[in-house]
Order: sequence, then C-alpha cells, then structure tokens
Amino acid sequence: MSSIFTISIFQSALELGCIYALVALALFISFTILNIADLTTDGCFTLGCAVGAMVTLAGHPFLALFAAMLSGALAGFVTAFLQTRLGVESILAGIIVNTGLYTINIAVMGFSSIANLFGCDTVFSLGKDTIGKSFIGDWYKVVIVALIVALVAAILHWFLGTTLGMSIRATGDNAEMVKSSSINPTFTITVGLCLANSLTGLSGSLIAQYQKSADINIGTGMVTIALASLIIGQTLIGNKGSILRRILGTILGSVLYRFIVAVALRLSVPAEALKLVSAIIVAVAIATPYVRKKLALKKREFANYRGKNVGGGAGNA
Amino acid sequence: MLRIDNISKTFNPGTVNEKAALTNLSLDLKDGDFATIVGSNGAGKSTLFNAIAGTFIVDEGNIYLDGEDITFKKEHKRSRVIGHLFQDPLKGTAPNMTIEENMALAYLRASRSSERLFSRISSKDKARFREQLSLLGMGLEDRMKQPVGLLSGGQRQALTLLMATFVTPKLLLLDEHTAALDPATAEKVLDLTKSIVKERGITCLMVTHNMHQALEVGNRTLMMNAGRIVFDTAGEERSKLSVADLLEKFKIGAGEELDNDRVLLS
Repeated sequence: MSSIFTISIFQSALELGCIYALVALALFISFTILNIADLTTDGCFTLGCAVGAMVTLAGHPFLALFAAMLSGALAGFVTAFLQTRLGVESILAGIIVNTGLYTINIAVMGFSSIANLFGCDTVFSLGKDTIGKSFIGDWYKVVIVALIVALVAAILHWFLGTTLGMSIRATGDNAEMVKSSSINPTFTITVGLCLANSLTGLSGSLIAQYQKSADINIGTGMVTIALASLIIGQTLIGNKGSILRRILGTILGSVLYRFIVAVALRLSVPAEALKLVSAIIVAVAIATPYVRKKLALKKREFANYRGKNVGGGAGNA
Repeated sequence: MLRIDNISKTFNPGTVNEKAALTNLSLDLKDGDFATIVGSNGAGKSTLFNAIAGTFIVDEGNIYLDGEDITFKKEHKRSRVIGHLFQDPLKGTAPNMTIEENMALAYLRASRSSERLFSRISSKDKARFREQLSLLGMGLEDRMKQPVGLLSGGQRQALTLLMATFVTPKLLLLDEHTAALDPATAEKVLDLTKSIVKERGITCLMVTHNMHQALEVGNRTLMMNAGRIVFDTAGEERSKLSVADLLEKFKIGAGEELDNDRVLLS
C-alpha cells in the first residue's frame, strides 16, 4: 500500500486542493452563508479560466488573476440581479446565467473551445524564478497557491466580521430580521454572490495557468465537486464553530477531496468515474442527517411494537 | 406622529381565497402614545402592523410617520425608524450569529449605511452592548460571544426588544410579543417593555389577547374587527372601563361578540 501514497500525490493534492479550495470557499459564501444554491459556479469557473487564459496569453499573468475575479464578480452580479430585481427563482437564475456563459466563454477564447498557454509566462513560472528552485525544489507551486489561498482566507475572515459581512451572514441566517434591521437584502445578496463568484473566477484563472490550457468544458460539474469539498470539510470540522474555523475546514475539505481523487486515480479508477463519485459523496453527505433521523424513528417504532407484544397486549389500553 | 389615512388591503383578490384584511382603516397616534390593540381572530391586527412596517404596500390610502408619507417606502428603509417585534421569538434575531454580532446589526440603524460598512465591532461597541445587556438582568452580558440560537425564547425576545429600541425608534410595533413565553418570562419582558417605552417616550402599538393588559398597559385601547377599528378609547373614559364593559363596547361597535379563541378575560 505504501506505494500508493507517494510524495507526488501529496504534492499535487495540495496544489489542486488549494486552487479548488477557492471554489469551495465561493460555495461556502453562497451555499452555507447566504443559503442560496448558486448554480452559476460551473460557467463562472470556465469564464475565469477563459479570461485568465486570454490575459495570460497577452503576457499579463498577474493581471489575469484580477481580470478573472472581475469577470466572475460580473457573472455573480447578473445572477443576483435576476433573482433580486427581476424575481427569477435563485436556482433558475444560476442555470440561466450558466447557460448564457457558455457562449460568452467560447467568445472570450476567440470562438475556439481550447486555449493553449504553453510557452507563456504564468504566475507559477514567474514565481519559480522569484522564489528560486534551490531549497524548496518542486514545491514552489504549493507555496504559491498556499500563499494565495491564505491571503484569500485572511481577507474573507476579516470581511465576514465587518458590518457588511455580518449583514450578509444575517441575510442567510434570518432574512426577516435583516429587513427589520434596516439592511437591504437585495444589496447583501448581490455583494455576496459577486464576492463568491469572483473567487470562483480566480480559481479558474489559476487552473488555466496551472495546467497551461483552458477548455470550454472545464467547469462542468464544478459545483458538485466544490460542494463535496465543502461537505467533507464540514464533516471534519463541524459547521457550528467560528468563521475562521469553518473557512479553514473548507480548505482542508478541498485538499482532502483532491487527495482522495489522486489516490483513486493511482488505483487506476478511470478519470471519467470521478464525477459520479463526487455526485455520490454529495448526495450521501446531504442525505445522511435526514436518513439518520428517519432510522432512529423506525427503531423506536419497532422497539415500541415489540415491547407491546412482549407485554401480552398490555398496550391495548 | 403616526397617521393612517383610509388604508385598505385585500389578499388574493379575484380568487376564492380573497380576503379583505383591512378596510378603510384610519388611525391617528400622538407623539408618546402607547396604544394596545385587541380584536377577534383574523381582525387584521398583524396585517395592520405589517402594513405600517412595509411588509407589503397597501392597496389604497396613505401612511404618514412624523409628517413623512411612507406609503411606498421600502421595508428595510422604514425599519430604520420603526421597531417590529413578533409573537415568534425566533423571528427577530439571527440564531447562528453571536449576541454581540446581532447587536452590532441592530446598531446599524444608528448610522448612515455606507460609513460603517467595513468597520468591525470595536471595544467601544462591546462596552456599549454589555451595558445595554446588563439592563435585562438575564446575565446575557457575560455570554456575548455565544450564538443567539442557544438562548431561551424569553431571552431571545428580550434581546430582540433591546435591539429594536437600541437606537430609539419613532414607532414600536409589538405583535403579541409576550404570547409565546411562559407567564413569568412574559411578565418580565412586558415590564421591560413598559419601562423602556416610558423612559424614552416611544410611540408604541401593542397587540395583546389579554383584556386586562389591554386596559392597564399604555394610555389608549383600540379594538379591531374585520379589518376595522370598532372601538377606540383613551383618557378618563378608558380608566373607568372594566373588561366586561370592553366586551360590551366591542359588541356595539362590531355588531357581534368578540370571537377570539385565545382571549384572556381574567
């Protein structure tokens, strides 16, 4: 078994885990905090990837990160606008924007379904030159993505403690209370979704630079994968603790998910099977508390029934 | 202070569920008035409060607060100057946020929104929250880092009351805010309400189903039936009324007996 857990598996799980943790954090904001199932995620991830790839191709890998965040925020804004101003159901708003983004994404990539970044400077190649390969060896990518995620986590933690951040949290926690505290839920939902999708965009941009390519289908199933990470994190850390704890739990969940995937691939599980596995993880994780409650009830019902039979019909009265 | 001019509201118009909840209702509250409202089931008491708070926009008529026409003003904008407490103690607070975070949100009403957007809870804020919480005498000042979801219904309602009056509102709407609490806690929250309202001279409307409370608390009593105010009394006339008189007055005004399955006569 020891051969399964090689250093390189740890390394790539850390790299991808940190990058995808940004999407998990996006869902932490929209799904956990705002209590909105934001299905913009898939298309938004591809958008970040496409925008990031094009700006990187133009020779600005750092600008690419910010451009992708901006484009993501824009996508989030459209979703928020549809649901808060035009009365579109929140899930439907996400699906609509997601569908529309396909065309936008293809257009961004110059009406091609693939963009290639080989030979371009990326944040990773530039970072490698800056940090120097000498003492951390191949781990420079891990250092770069970990720094980015740490920065995002720190800013997010700070933000959620500000008045605006608290208003966003309250919007998902008790919408009625928010209105009677002179907070405009339209505004908080909009800010929340823009913020969430900017993180998704950032993640897409990093992936494009990481794998030196972008393709139109890269975001497919991203929302489920991110949810799986989020849920793994919540299961480990619990979803009641402090905000910082939950942010760190989400990142840990994402890294762990990538680790599981890496091990599965190593055990020659076909890559195509991974989406099904993610879907099952999410379905099981979300269904578990409900099923557990049902089972407990059945158990009591059964015990009650048996108790009556043993008592020789004493329960008739 | 509050002037309601001929407002009407019909829910589900044109369907079998059509319900005229408020019909040409008018009401004038003076500055510092504390009026209690009693009425039969479905008389429109909560609907009246929701109309004032802006949960929906009335079909007809106008609402003025402090001289300003607020008929079409959005709910979250009205809430800057209107406090609204519900029977359900869970409605007024965010359960997964801490006591101090909830109070910080309530304190938002004090400032023009944009200037405090990125400020965090300061030690000065904490000291202020602590001082306010200690007034409740429930020991909440030592639990400021705990999520509100851990508090009892009575504690949550007391906290909600504190939050609604933290920044003195122009108008306070109390919709049977003690009805879901056990008798001892209900009394405590009501005493607290009376002292806060009196101390700050807040104009206040309170729905109750306790007829004694309706006569004893505040300085004016309103009785509602079928979307209208059928009896309105204050001053000397009110101080001479007994519960039996009140029921009689209702019968005269409404043309039927007071039909409220929760009403407390004793």
